[in-house]
Amino acid sequence: MSGSFSIDGVTVPFETGQSIMDAALAAKIYIPHLCHNPEFQPHGSCRLCCVTANGRTVAACTTLATDGLEVANETHEITTRRRLLLKLLFVEGNHVCPACEKSGACQLQAVAYHCGMLAPEFVHFYPKRAVDASHPETIIDFNRCILCELCVRASRDHDGKSVFNISGRGIDAHLTIDSPSGRLGDSRFSASDKAARVCPVGAILPKHRGYEIPIGRRLYDQESISQVGDVASHREQEDG
Amino acid sequence: MADKIRIATASLAGCFGCHMSLLDIDERLIDLVAHIEFDRTPLTDIKQIGRCDVGLIEGGVCNAENVEVLKAFRRHCNLLVAVGACAINGGIPAMRNQYSLTECLEEAYLHGSGIDQPQIPSDPELPLLLDQVHPIHDVVWIDYFLPGCPPSADTIFTFLDELLSGKPIRFAYRQIHYD
Ligand code: SF4
Ligand code: SF4
Ligand code: FES
Repeated sequence: MSGSFSIDGVTVPFETGQSIMDAALAAKIYIPHLCHNPEFQPHGSCRLCCVTANGRTVAACTTLATDGLEVANETHEITTRRRLLLKLLFVEGNHVCPACEKSGACQLQAVAYHCGMLAPEFVHFYPKRAVDASHPETIIDFNRCILCELCVRASRDHDGKSVFNISGRGIDAHLTIDSPSGRLGDSRFSASDKAARVCPVGAILPKHRGYEIPIGRRLYDQESISQVGDVASHREQEDG
Repeated sequence: MADKIRIATASLAGCFGCHMSLLDIDERLIDLVAHIEFDRTPLTDIKQIGRCDVGLIEGGVCNAENVEVLKAFRRHCNLLVAVGACAINGGIPAMRNQYSLTECLEEAYLHGSGIDQPQIPSDPELPLLLDQVHPIHDVVWIDYFLPGCPPSADTIFTFLDELLSGKPIRFAYRQIHYD
């Protein structure tokens, strides 16, 4: 079965079982998102994709499309709320973009550009978090983790390893690694895992490839994420 | 436009990169100078700030002198702008917030490599360091933010140009970046 609904007045077709996000992606309508990757079960945690559906605020990635639904996406109110969420994400971690190898190809940055964020403005937490460089090919910088659980889902549902998990609650929530020492180098993680290629930010990065692509020529340097899409899908294409 | 707008600038805990970017406006500076005059800024060497329309602040706040300068700018400027990553979120200097001030001083002046006559400087003329580096909005109200490390000359020019013409300030996609 199928039907149609509207996003900001544009008619969008859908198949039964598709979420608002799935249908929007298929119709090439951009709904900002961070924890969603169509290759995995939706998680509904970052709330960036919140839209209003018949006036009610819902997460587009976890809400099924229904016939005749009227969805508002890029309104002044929704974009303002998205900017607030983004600012909170920035101040909760340590995002020193000028010193980050992901800069220019980072989805957090790109969504913030799209939503018109000039600065995080809130009080910065400056949490003290470690860097795990124990693995020969991959580095984890916990300062930049936004707890989207994409690596958790990729390692569990695709790689069959469950190397990652989130532990703790609220502001204490943090990414953990399943290994005797808690370090990546002692885990079953491999750089060829799917989990190595899904992080939307600069938290899980390949080693030995720093600045291969110069700043200014990276994915989001010239064009908006609303035009070029998610960084993870580009990595899949590059890596074949 | 009748009167020239008066601009003051300061570099706090920054590297002068944002000021270099301002100068990088190149020949368009000539158009700007017809509408702008500088008050206190490293470019004029005026030491005391007077009444200004706009204050441009580069760098975060890392010591007691930065706090004083920033507060003086807030008192004298109608519009105060955070220019660049360090003013906005502390930037690279704020990476020291991962460590205690003692650890930083000991690493820099006692235990670091290549140190001759190890001692922590304590001259009364040196401004006291704060325990953490802060973005400037932690200390005073900021009216506008120009991100970038540094913001490009083009971004700074667009900002000043639109401000002068009284237009709403809007940037092209490529003019806003955090790196
Ligand atoms: S992960 Fe993204 S937002 Fe965070 S520091 Fe790196 S580039 Fe900036
Ligand atoms: S490491 Fe990356 S993929 Fe994993 S939860 Fe953090 S931000 Fe998400
Ligand atoms: S993308 Fe829908 S909640 Fe994160």
